[in-house]
Amino acid sequence: MSEDRIRLEFAVSGDNFASAGTASEEVKSTLKKLGIPSADIRRVAIAMYEGEINMVIHAGGGVATADIYLDRIEIVLADKGKGIPDVELAMTPGWSTAPENIRALGFGAGMGLPNMKKYTDEFSIESEVGVGTTVRMTIFFG
Amino acid sequence: MTVSQLADILDAKIAVLADGEREVTAGYCGDFLSNVMGKAPADSAWFTVMSNVNVCAVATLTDCAAVVLCESTEPDAALTERAGQNDVNLLITSLPVFEAAVKVAGHLG
Repeated sequence: MSEDRIRLEFAVSGDNFASAGTASEEVKSTLKKLGIPSADIRRVAIAMYEGEINMVIHAGGGVATADIYLDRIEIVLADKGKGIPDVELAMTPGWSTAPENIRALGFGAGMGLPNMKKYTDEFSIESEVGVGTTVRMTIFFG
Repeated sequence: MTVSQLADILDAKIAVLADGEREVTAGYCGDFLSNVMGKAPADSAWFTVMSNVNVCAVATLTDCAAVVLCESTEPDAALTERAGQNDVNLLITSLPVFEAAVKVAGHLG
């Protein structure tokens, strides 16, 4: 028997910081309507926004998918960007390859991936240089 | 302390007042948005000099009670507009970040 599920899918635009956050906002408001605890919604929204921003800064956009089940949300962020040569290094708090113009906007602190890991219950990255990156995150409710 | 009281304490100019009665229970100072998202508690007064539109997204996602732009930093027009749409309280004080935080700290429960 298949589980009850709501699927939300978003194309994340690659060149627009102002519109980044659309996916996380939409997921946030859906979870709110479903009565999910606000502390969990906060974790989901932040992890997803960080992922969106990463796709805008580093990958020229991508696709964000959120599958909401009764007890959890599964988020997949997939891009066809340049990939991450050393994932372990990229996970180091403070490590950043964001250019100066991005830092001027307040991004590029090197805390995006660490935040995503911190706020999720399950977190994984698959990345291949020249092919793209897929981040998978699961957050359990309650 | 409410957001309106926060504005009084800082002698702040109000750019957007979405909910003056909202309680402020914590604070955070910082300009790197990921640091704020990683560390700011919910219902914070967030002290910053960052004034672009992304500030609104971060304030919304972290459930920040009010954004306090310090050193008389004027918000970008897009930030003011977005804050109005998303019910984000947005204040402007002439105080530097440290002084603003010190002034508010004693009033937090």
